[in-house]
Amino acid sequence: MKAAPLILRGFLALPVGLGLGLTVAQGLGQLPKVLAWPGLLRACLLSLGPGMAAALISLGLVGLILGAQPRSLGLLERLLAPLLALPHAAAALGLAFVIAPSGWIVRALSPWATGWQVPPDVMTLNDPWGLALTLGLVLKEAPFLLLMGLAALTPALRQRQRVAATLGYGRVMGFALVVWPSLYASLRLPVLAVLVYGMTTVDMALILGPSLPYSLSAQISLWQSAASLTQQDLAAAAALVQAGLVVAALTLWRGIEVSGAALRQALTFAGIRAPWAERGLALLAKGASLALIVVPVLGLAGLALWSIAGLWRFPQALPSHLTLKAWAEAGPAVLQASATSVVLALGVTGACLTLTLWALQAEAATPRRSALVFLPLIVPQIVVLPGIATALLHLPVSLPPLLAVALGHAIYVLPYVVLGLSGPFASWNPHLGHIGASLGARPWRILWRLRLPMLAGPLAATAAVGFAVSIGQYLPTLLLGGGRIVTLTSEAVALSSGGNRRIVGAYGLAQAFWPGLAFALASALQRARTLPFGNRPS
Amino acid sequence: MNRREFGGLGLAAALWAGRGWAGDWARVVADAKGQEVFFHAWGGDPKINAFIAWVGDEALARFGVTLSHVKLAATSDAVARVQAEQAAGKTSGGAVDLVWINGENFAAMKRAGMLYGPFAQNLPNWALVDTVGKPATMTDFTEPTQGFESPWAMAQLVFEHDSAKLSAPPKSILALADWAKANPGRFTYPQPPDYLGLTFLKQVLYALLPDPAILQHPAANADPALAELWAFLDTLHPHLWRQAKAYPANEAALGQLLADDEVDISFAFNPGRASAEIAAGTLPDTVRTFVLSGGTIANASFVAIPFNASAAAGAQVVANLLLDPAVQARAQDASVLGFQTVLNMAALTPTELAVFTNAPRGPATLSPAELGPTLLEPHATWMTQISAEWSARYGLAP
Repeated sequence: MKAAPLILRGFLALPVGLGLGLTVAQGLGQLPKVLAWPGLLRACLLSLGPGMAAALISLGLVGLILGAQPRSLGLLERLLAPLLALPHAAAALGLAFVIAPSGWIVRALSPWATGWQVPPDVMTLNDPWGLALTLGLVLKEAPFLLLMGLAALTPALRQRQRVAATLGYGRVMGFALVVWPSLYASLRLPVLAVLVYGMTTVDMALILGPSLPYSLSAQISLWQSAASLTQQDLAAAAALVQAGLVVAALTLWRGIEVSGAALRQALTFAGIRAPWAERGLALLAKGASLALIVVPVLGLAGLALWSIAGLWRFPQALPSHLTLKAWAEAGPAVLQASATSVVLALGVTGACLTLTLWALQAEAATPRRSALVFLPLIVPQIVVLPGIATALLHLPVSLPPLLAVALGHAIYVLPYVVLGLSGPFASWNPHLGHIGASLGARPWRILWRLRLPMLAGPLAATAAVGFAVSIGQYLPTLLLGGGRIVTLTSEAVALSSGGNRRIVGAYGLAQAFWPGLAFALASALQRARTLPFGNRPS
Repeated sequence: MNRREFGGLGLAAALWAGRGWAGDWARVVADAKGQEVFFHAWGGDPKINAFIAWVGDEALARFGVTLSHVKLAATSDAVARVQAEQAAGKTSGGAVDLVWINGENFAAMKRAGMLYGPFAQNLPNWALVDTVGKPATMTDFTEPTQGFESPWAMAQLVFEHDSAKLSAPPKSILALADWAKANPGRFTYPQPPDYLGLTFLKQVLYALLPDPAILQHPAANADPALAELWAFLDTLHPHLWRQAKAYPANEAALGQLLADDEVDISFAFNPGRASAEIAAGTLPDTVRTFVLSGGTIANASFVAIPFNASAAAGAQVVANLLLDPAVQARAQDASVLGFQTVLNMAALTPTELAVFTNAPRGPATLSPAELGPTLLEPHATWMTQISAEWSARYGLAP
């Protein structure tokens, strides 16, 4: 029984630790050179700023929307699947097409309203402050947090809001004071994952972020792949800085949590109800939920349209003719890559779920939250994976490429599975287990017949997230598979380096389809499930 | 067959004077049959991907070799893989069998002993390569190829414009600069260290230097010859797209700017790109190309085989197939790739020649005569110097 937590921790720590160790060894000597790089401060700020802002804004919007429950929440909930499923690079390209000076918004208004015959020379993309990047991150991460929040928002928690209402609190204020603290406990780890992702993203930063300088993570990947092969030590050293920056950001976040809690307490004790703010907050929630729907849907529709577009010049709002050429060209390759992607994702997610449940069950007596779970999320992939690939080459027997890739995916799927399951698992009412035990059920039977069925919702949501994370992996697929394993994402990223919107659109849609299916199944399961009794003591 | 055995065989055959390589080539072809060749090549262009898939069909039908295209976002991903294998002492069974490569990546691999060969001169179709008329097939960024890579396409810098909007484009670097100042925001270049961006800067350097011959020798650290380039860029940048506060990432992104009407003049390292895009329906058929008076930079694309390739025989068969006149003619077809051939037309049989002359060139592609004289790639150190100093000067927006 006690083996499982050890295996889990070992799997979280060993590969990344190994890769990181090799990076430290490689990069330590170059650290002075990186610290002397004049762009370092701005590159760090471009990692910290958009990452932090996107996490805060996403979390705030999710709280606001869940609290105010605008009517559009139902629609947003139904659209979560495709929004979450769209891979980051494709989402970024979609957004870029919407907001670019030659993009859809300007096309729709030109020339009749703007008088522009050619696109204006303004910087709505790649702006030096990382605003476009922040926007892209929020649009991609807020739906993820919303999914996690909806999964954790039990009827019992909702009831508290009604209790607060009887005490004269408005929807949002009541939610913030009595529901949010419990809900945040379940959201905390996902939001930290969002924070770290935002700080270390490469593909979104390259598409939406500035380039003079690039954000630190993007610069690391560029150094890593510099043709002269002389800057990999520099990349390793910069990765150490990145890891330190992430630790600093997590500490900063802890500070925000403490002050947020203090503020909430002060508001509660002062008995401030601020009914005048409710109207504005409700309006804001409505606007936010609509924006979260409209902008990504426009991006998605833009990609879809590009994938069937013939010639499409500025300022035409629609292509001058349609063609299925991109799909006809990509079709067979898409099907083949889909098969590999799905098999990998199913196997990896199944293995990670099993391992995590096993470990959580074994630890049920003494639940401990391990910081190790963040390790794979904190250390940039581009830094760890070359080290892991080298280590694999040193093995006496060479792993089959598919297995090596599965291993690489598992490193990055496992944290999300642990994050997704440990909160709901811990908040399950243990009294139910005691009742089961008093009726003579053994622990595994309690797990199988009581706990898992009651946790079916979070379980399904987590499985869908794990599946999507696996589908979206690029570097592990490329580096550990030696390029021999072709997935939808490895194809799509290679193609997006060419910037061809038609073919990227086709691949982006195909890439979104499978996780979309997984999320749709998960949310159908969540809706179909009827709870016989509340699953958390309130 | 591992590298040592093969090398031994090759040596024995070479010593066995008079018989040449025909017998050994038959042996290579026999070894290749049934092999799977993992061809690591940039996968960012669906046209190129489709062409490689077609070559794969040919390789399977004609030689029983299965060609698997590993689509890379950057060639250095493959180089890094071979480097890791070399560091791990993996001298056979490597993941990369064939890689599309040139310039800096080739020099790095050659320097580090990561390449198999020499093999290029032993390919039967090598005799057809125009090594005299196209010296870039033997010299990659002034680095002698010495048979460690085999050419498969010629590339030349050409400029693109929509003739419906701009009928008389500027045909020299200085005229281009004047035009850019008169038309602010309508021209830009990919951000170094992007390959095409650096090629543009080298082209500028050719125009500014009193004696461009120095470019064939290594550059000094912070070479004084570069001062003119920075002075030129200092005055040009305020008039570029986004006032040079942002740049397109690469050739594809620059091409997209032309398609989106964000710029009026773009450029590419493929004289047939515009025609191929017109054929694909992504550029209007009024787009045309032009070169600068005095010539533009040209180089060749190559394939190389890593020292530890699992299917070195199959890889050579594919390298040879890429030099096949029918394959070269297809690559040159504007509706396929529009790549310029590396072959010597005079070495072809009349039927082979007919395939070339009958292949449609496309509305935007210049004839070989119109493409005019070509300029040699400067020594690789110039690229390194320009790249490093550009980053130091312009890498941080003010």
